[in-house]
Amino acid sequence: MLITKLKSEEAIASLASGKVFIINCHGCKEVGFPEEEAKALQKKLESEGKVVGTLTTDYVCNPTELSLRLRAPMAKIAEADAVLVFSCGVGVQTISEVLEDKPVYACCDTVELPGFQGVTPLEYDCGQCGECFLNLTGGICPITACSKSLVNGPCGGTSDSGKCEVCPDMECGWERIIQRLKAQGRLDVLKCPTQLHDFNTDEATKAAKESE
Amino acid sequence: MRITELFDNGEFVVSAEVGPPKGIHIDGMVEEAKKYLTDVHFVNVTDNQSSVMRLGSLATCKVLKDAGLNPIFQLTCRDRNRIALQSDLLSAAMLGIDNILCLTGDHTKLGDHPQAKPVFDLDSVSLLHTASLLETGVDLGGNALVGEAPKFAKGAVVSPCSDSVDAQLVKMERKVKAGAEYFQTQAVFEPEKFIKFMEAAKQFGKPVQVGIIIPKSAGMCKFMNNNVAGVHIPDELIAELQADKEKTKAGITGVEIAARIIRECKPYCQGVHIMSLGWESKIPALLSQAGLK
Repeated sequence: MLITKLKSEEAIASLASGKVFIINCHGCKEVGFPEEEAKALQKKLESEGKVVGTLTTDYVCNPTELSLRLRAPMAKIAEADAVLVFSCGVGVQTISEVLEDKPVYACCDTVELPGFQGVTPLEYDCGQCGECFLNLTGGICPITACSKSLVNGPCGGTSDSGKCEVCPDMECGWERIIQRLKAQGRLDVLKCPTQLHDFNTDEATKAAKESE
Repeated sequence: MRITELFDNGEFVVSAEVGPPKGIHIDGMVEEAKKYLTDVHFVNVTDNQSSVMRLGSLATCKVLKDAGLNPIFQLTCRDRNRIALQSDLLSAAMLGIDNILCLTGDHTKLGDHPQAKPVFDLDSVSLLHTASLLETGVDLGGNALVGEAPKFAKGAVVSPCSDSVDAQLVKMERKVKAGAEYFQTQAVFEPEKFIKFMEAAKQFGKPVQVGIIIPKSAGMCKFMNNNVAGVHIPDELIAELQADKEKTKAGITGVEIAARIIRECKPYCQGVHIMSLGWESKIPALLSQAGLK
């Protein structure tokens, strides 16, 4: 299974600098979700007058289902500056693809545990690395969409057609990231500090288990 | 001597690249370097270039330094994690090799050991950040170094003729922020594209050396067009190489083309970096035709 843990309160507060629409995924039983903590945090955001709407649903990783469920709250979503997602990394990636023009932020990190991994479509792969980078990459995962899992931008191996020189059938993940951020007018996101991938997930796993 | 000192003095800095052999006999390489690279300020030593296993970059740098040359230690993130990379940076500084070029590195799948595990614990940006941190006397784990901290001239690469200009500029800015003090570029065959790129890159205020490959044949150019990301060789240049096969084979055409590109790019950059790919012997002629000696 996999387990999600909330990002720090400060991290989430910084994502909610404007009006937000919140999506919770209480989908598959293979994903441990910190429901109580998330509820408390969302209440706080609501009391600050930041939340324009909330959708709690299941299996946001299914793009067809998700599109249907987003129809009703679409007007509210349009009002929001950003969408905050409380789900595993696959959910965030699916939502950010469906809501391509909107900043979509991950509020959880996803950690891997042994066992069945749930029903997730392969095109939105989550590396369950314990340290979600999606908020810095326009909702496209640099761990799984880049052959080198680079977290600080593309290497020099992007072909003119935007493919990866390691896997010529695959689009360069960083080219996709840059194009999406550019379309959203948010290339500045990439001016963030140097990222170091933390491979010591023991602590993250422990914390996630405790909070479950 | 640090390469940054030359840039600061306003010199047009010339560097050339050598690849260590696949074996332990290095005398031939050192003799060639002493013979042909005397008018070159710095000699880059590649780090298992193209993911092909060879003699180490650091050991080769030390041998070249002892032979009186100024080596630049190229270091990629493909084969070492952050512990080994920091250790090698300290080793370099201890040996007096303080010019470095930080690269992510080609993927293992593209080389002669496709079975190998690619590391990429760090990347070019975080490696520059790491070198900058070591200079403050602290390592990536937050531990203090003992004694005087190392000091490097920290270089990085950029691909100015890539079709993804946005991506290149984004990455270049991150490298500058992480501590890059100078840049060497991927091979340039289209000066107008390079000049346009330099207009945008000027904002970072870092010296840039234009990357030059001496084209050896039309076949080599076609191969690079099909296989090397960010390198485009226009049809006119390929036709030029096809026109007189003997002249091309002797390297005369290639040197003419490379010298012309250097002359066109020179007003817009701070140096040139020559990747001669085994044609070190052509470098003296190239420098003289380009007006650099």
